[in-house]
Amino acid sequence: MTVVQFSLLASALFAIGIYGVLVRRNAIMVLLAVELMLAAITLNLVAFGTLFEDELASGQIFALFVIAVGAAEVGIGLAIVLLVFRNRSTANVDELDLMKW
Amino acid sequence: MTFGDWAGEPGNWVFVVLALVMVGGALRVVTSRNVVHAVLFLVATLAGSAGIFLLLGAEFVAWTVVLVSIGAVVVLFLFGIMITRAPLGYDTALDHERRWPAALIALAVFGLMAWSLLIFFEDRVIDEGVVRSADLGTSIFERYVIPFEVVSFLLLAALIGGIVLARRDPEEETA
Repeated sequence: MTVVQFSLLASALFAIGIYGVLVRRNAIMVLLAVELMLAAITLNLVAFGTLFEDELASGQIFALFVIAVGAAEVGIGLAIVLLVFRNRSTANVDELDLMKW
Repeated sequence: MTFGDWAGEPGNWVFVVLALVMVGGALRVVTSRNVVHAVLFLVATLAGSAGIFLLLGAEFVAWTVVLVSIGAVVVLFLFGIMITRAPLGYDTALDHERRWPAALIALAVFGLMAWSLLIFFEDRVIDEGVVRSADLGTSIFERYVIPFEVVSFLLLAALIGGIVLARRDPEEETA
């Protein structure tokens, strides 16, 4: 197994996540695409951690941190989407232009 | 490493199957017209990444992905869809009209990353080996204990923030 195959898979997932963030209109679908990008980052961290074989297993530990931060991000993000939906009865990111100049 | 050597390893065929499942699932996550289907395709992608972690010998990370990402995050997404009354069933207005610029940007990002990765890490071979969970725990609680505490504090802050954001103001209700 080469490290490039894992990194190429991770960058493909990251690019798909970028496409999703740009193209989706529902805020929850945008968060879903961000979750894809986080999965890609975790994959990269574990692959390079296995490549460098350090004794502290830093790649895997930081992958765990990324998973924890991703869970916190989803919780807060969904709370914000819920609040926006309650105030404006829409979760559509196109219509949230209050702070647009 | 030639392609023949690469194809001779059975682990690489497992990788190919998992990678196809993951990329296919990810494409359906961002293109599906049905929001619930998109979340379920995310489950397929995350399960594929757990399989890849097992392939790399990262058992603890694999089971953490299954528990946290598939178990908790996906359920949270389904609740979010239900609460915000996202259009269930097929919806044609889920995407922007102009998809091609977004696809172009995504392809450009992928091309740039793939090009630089292929230049710098072309023939680096991974040695297979399992990292034991006990070693991971020792490393977390000795070398990385402060980042660990920071992450736990962040989770606490996110928990409190989620409660504060999502609950209604009591005064607002009585008024």
